Amino acid sequence: MAESFVRKEMLEAQAPPASQAGAIAWVRENLFSGPLNTILTLLGIVVIYWLISTSLPWWLNGVWNASSLSECRSIVAASAGEGATGACWAMLRERWHQFIFGFYPPESYWRPILAFVLLFVALAPVLFTSVPRKALWFTAIYPALCFWLLWGGPIWTPIVAMMGFVILGLAVVYLSSYLGAPGSAAAGVVAAVLWWLFLQGPVAGFLASNLPFGLASVNSDRFGGFLLAITIGVTAIGCSLPIGIILALGRQSNMVIVKALSVAFIEFIRGVPLITLLFTASLLLQYFLPPNTNFDIILRVIILVTFFAAAYLAEVIRGGLAALPRGQYEAADALGLDYWQAQRLIILPQALKISIPGIVSSFIGLFKDTTLVAFVGLMDPLKGVTQIVRADMNWKGIYWEPYIFVGAIFFIICFGMSRYSMYLERKLKTDHR
Amino acid sequence: MKKSVFLGTVAGATMLAGAAMAGTLDDVKARGELICGSNTGLTGFGTPDASGNWVGFDVDLCRAIAAAVLGDGSKVKFVPTTGETRFTALQSGEVDVLVRNSTWTFSRDTELALDFVAVNYYDGQGFMVKKDLGVSSAKELDGATVCIQTGTTTELNLADFFKQNNISYTPVTVADDSEAQRQYLAGACDAYTTDASGLAASRATMPDADNHIILPEIISKEPLGPVVRHGDSNWGDVVRWTYYALLIAEEKGITKANVEEMAGSSTDEEVKRLLGVSGDMGPKIGLDNAAFKNAIAAVGNYGEIFAANIGEGTTINLARGLNALWTQGGLQYAPPFR
Amino acid sequence: MAMVTDAPKESFRLSMLIYDSRYRAVTIQVIVLLLVGLFFAWLLNNTAQNLAARGKEFNFGFLWARAGYDINQQLIPYTNDSTHFRALLVGLLNTLVVAILGCILATFLGVVIGVLRLSKNWLVGRLMTVYVEVFRNVPLLLWILLSYVIFSETMPEPKAFRLTDDMIAAGEEPAASKILFGTVAITNRGTSIPAPLFDRSLGSVDLGFVSINLTALATILVLIGSIWANRRLLASARATQEATGIRPVVWWKSLLILFGPFIALMIALGLHFELPELKGFNFQGGIQVAHSFTALLIALVLYTAAFIAEIVRAGILAISRGQSEAAFALGLRPGRTMNLIILPQALRVIIPPLISQYLNLTKNTSLGIAVSYLDLRGTLGGITLNQTGRELECMLLMMLIYLTISLIISALMNLYNQTVQLKAR
Repeated sequence: MAESFVRKEMLEAQAPPASQAGAIAWVRENLFSGPLNTILTLLGIVVIYWLISTSLPWWLNGVWNASSLSECRSIVAASAGEGATGACWAMLRERWHQFIFGFYPPESYWRPILAFVLLFVALAPVLFTSVPRKALWFTAIYPALCFWLLWGGPIWTPIVAMMGFVILGLAVVYLSSYLGAPGSAAAGVVAAVLWWLFLQGPVAGFLASNLPFGLASVNSDRFGGFLLAITIGVTAIGCSLPIGIILALGRQSNMVIVKALSVAFIEFIRGVPLITLLFTASLLLQYFLPPNTNFDIILRVIILVTFFAAAYLAEVIRGGLAALPRGQYEAADALGLDYWQAQRLIILPQALKISIPGIVSSFIGLFKDTTLVAFVGLMDPLKGVTQIVRADMNWKGIYWEPYIFVGAIFFIICFGMSRYSMYLERKLKTDHR
Repeated sequence: MKKSVFLGTVAGATMLAGAAMAGTLDDVKARGELICGSNTGLTGFGTPDASGNWVGFDVDLCRAIAAAVLGDGSKVKFVPTTGETRFTALQSGEVDVLVRNSTWTFSRDTELALDFVAVNYYDGQGFMVKKDLGVSSAKELDGATVCIQTGTTTELNLADFFKQNNISYTPVTVADDSEAQRQYLAGACDAYTTDASGLAASRATMPDADNHIILPEIISKEPLGPVVRHGDSNWGDVVRWTYYALLIAEEKGITKANVEEMAGSSTDEEVKRLLGVSGDMGPKIGLDNAAFKNAIAAVGNYGEIFAANIGEGTTINLARGLNALWTQGGLQYAPPFR
Repeated sequence: MAMVTDAPKESFRLSMLIYDSRYRAVTIQVIVLLLVGLFFAWLLNNTAQNLAARGKEFNFGFLWARAGYDINQQLIPYTNDSTHFRALLVGLLNTLVVAILGCILATFLGVVIGVLRLSKNWLVGRLMTVYVEVFRNVPLLLWILLSYVIFSETMPEPKAFRLTDDMIAAGEEPAASKILFGTVAITNRGTSIPAPLFDRSLGSVDLGFVSINLTALATILVLIGSIWANRRLLASARATQEATGIRPVVWWKSLLILFGPFIALMIALGLHFELPELKGFNFQGGIQVAHSFTALLIALVLYTAAFIAEIVRAGILAISRGQSEAAFALGLRPGRTMNLIILPQALRVIIPPLISQYLNLTKNTSLGIAVSYLDLRGTLGGITLNQTGRELECMLLMMLIYLTISLIISALMNLYNQTVQLKAR
């Protein structure tokens, strides 16, 4: 009888073949899984090798201590041999503050830095729901505070200007029972404008002369570099948000004329390059204002950039409005809310929330576009300040270093913001499902 | 007259109410600051240094005007203007005076409603080429690539010159001086053309200055000078005579260092009138009697300004040439101060 | 009153303009219209006053005056004796040529990168991610300046191409040589490419302000005719296939129809190429492409392609996995799955944002100012504006032209969008 042979114990599991596990398998699967992939991988390696081999010596030979470009070059030639190339970072050592602050007085650098830090404090309650709602009050006064920090002058100017908004608010709150919402708003606006036109100057002057307290004032021609870019970008986005909301609502409106005007404005601004708008600010705005009116080129640029941003934001917000389910509008109507109540309580809070990622990407675009102000003679970091640096005898002929420095800062800021907006998008998505 | 428009934003408070057509002098005095349109950065003529202070030949004239009007040469705000924005900035009243290498031409003087009040630098358009190109005259530049700065008279002069000589060229227009130099040095153009002073300034700063030559042809007249708005003759007089005061000061040997001493000791009647010791020349154009003394004390005479910014011994190393005083064979000539 | 009745037929009262929602809309619109009208009247009044104060007038007569300056890239004949209007046209064409080439190239590059970014190849996927992030997050202006500097700093000077007698005697080679079999020369001042010339060209017809080149016209007509005939051929082949189940062999007919007439025309016209030659200071002959053009085009393409890549990637990701799995189940290879299944569906998601990228690219051509590319802004809004001092006219005209271009692009693309969108039943 044949003895039956049955294995009683399990065999030890064998390690997978070398080609299916570990680094080799990963490489096979991810880099060389087919002829096309192999070619692509090899091409990629060639590109990386070429990039590194051409630029590495230049980076490695970088010089940090020199007082002029020619000194840099001689140091590089001395250390790495004749004909070697090397970066001259010494220029940044000497001029970095102009790329960041322009000609802002060095003893006051803490002011823009503080304003920048406070910007995040002011934004926090808007962006993070966990922050207590009371903090929104700080957001409301931030524009005036920021203005005062950056431009200086007596503290009363921004306070008295903010009083105009307080008057507007009071009028809306206390008169609405007599005049209704539109009437009280109109009365408030008239009162605020009267305040700004006739009372602001004397009151601020009176307070400033009797209670002198303020910072050394800084003219806007001292602004430059990233300080200028951020000032223009943030102000324009901030101011354009209300205009953008109104334009978006106008475009959705049933009223033919209002809709036509909104569409015309949005399409006009979006149809022309920003650069023509900037030239309008510098060349044409003077024609459109009453004779002998004249104000700062930075302010003129901010106004035009605000219009520009408003048209783009209007489209972003329109997208948000369109993304809201129809039921929300109908529910608001069913509750008997009038148009503004429905917008304020139901529609806009939701639509704006959906639009935040879009608003952030508009801001990234706008921030990058602030470099164009160089063409109207302002000191943007990319072209304006670089040109100033290169007009200096010592740094004549320096090209790569300023571009790389400015490009890297732009990259860090924009990349950070775009990551944030992606995170936000993911977060908002889960909320909606 | 003043008018201001309020913009309801808080940031709007930075606006400056300025005024234009009449009474620039009064406006400057009321403001306590002169607004001077300058270059965005031209070595030697007007550029901010590392700490943001503007320096240069044109800048010093602005400071002299500020010193004459306000008694303090530091009360100037410089507004950088590009070739495209400069005249608009002046016409609209954004700047009080434009001192920015602007060529005095018929159409600018008439059509653009500007007034060129003086010529602080006599220039002409020239060409710079590399020595190894083997060219000794601009007429041999047939088929060459030429770098020009856009927004200036040089474009038109260049086109005219090549047309008259019946030779061809390829223009490479560039936005500013530093870019033009880069292109030229990199060999992206055979010749670089701009005002001869600019060429000399560029050449002086090149690492291999000996390898570049400036061709003998000067193809245009480029009288550069301060510009004011048309129709404000009083302000024009102030700018003009501040400039002449600097010229007379050089002629009479008044310098930044000895101006106080000269005011006390000089017996020359013209010097006494100029420095406000006798007569009442200043008040006649709405200035202080010591206005011109202040101007000279602030920046020195014309010769000193020239020597300090662009003259021989500086990196730019320009000879006085046409800009020498008339007594020394140049064209700089001030009318009598009486 | 708790009685429900039909609303009484009230007579119209003035207060109804505000309180009655039927009339309120009208009231608001009238007020808005009035305000806007007043605003524009105010602007016009100010402008008129300002113009008067500066002794200027508003007219476009200057467009017919002699321009007096030269333009280094001209697609239509232009000399410094031509009018400012002619300069405007030259600038407009320069704008359009960058915009059109830019849109085409950016689309190609963007699609390739978007697809590669989703590739399973780890290295390539990462490289493409780096590319997209770097280009998207740095201002376009920097890329334009940088690519321009790279061209003018790293390419050889024309004289490096020169072969002198001494060098022949010494057996030396010139420091630089032309690429692509000696047809294209890249120097630090431009790229010289061969120019097509015709021995028996058809001449041109002058229509007053524009002249039409008959040779180009004939070529375009022949090409369009060939493409149309080829489509007819393919359609008939498909019809045969559907009727009989057998697809006739057409590829050689197709090739013949597509290229035959074109080649015949070229031979008839006596086509030959003029190669760029180093004469005097520069390469002469052939077509000289300035680096301001090349740099602007490359920067625009690279920058916009990064955005298009993201759009394409999002579009592909939006197609459900089931679609590609179904295609694989049918036995389609990955390449065909992409071409036949995924991309056609993704196109619907891709097109609308793509339109706005095209618009952006077109508007961004105005950044050519950074490298002094003489486009519309460079001629009309730059030198003409400077030399004539007519800011108002030049700027308004320029904005109008840009606006028209934008509106035309978005109209065309929206039309195309409608044809690819899913038809709702």
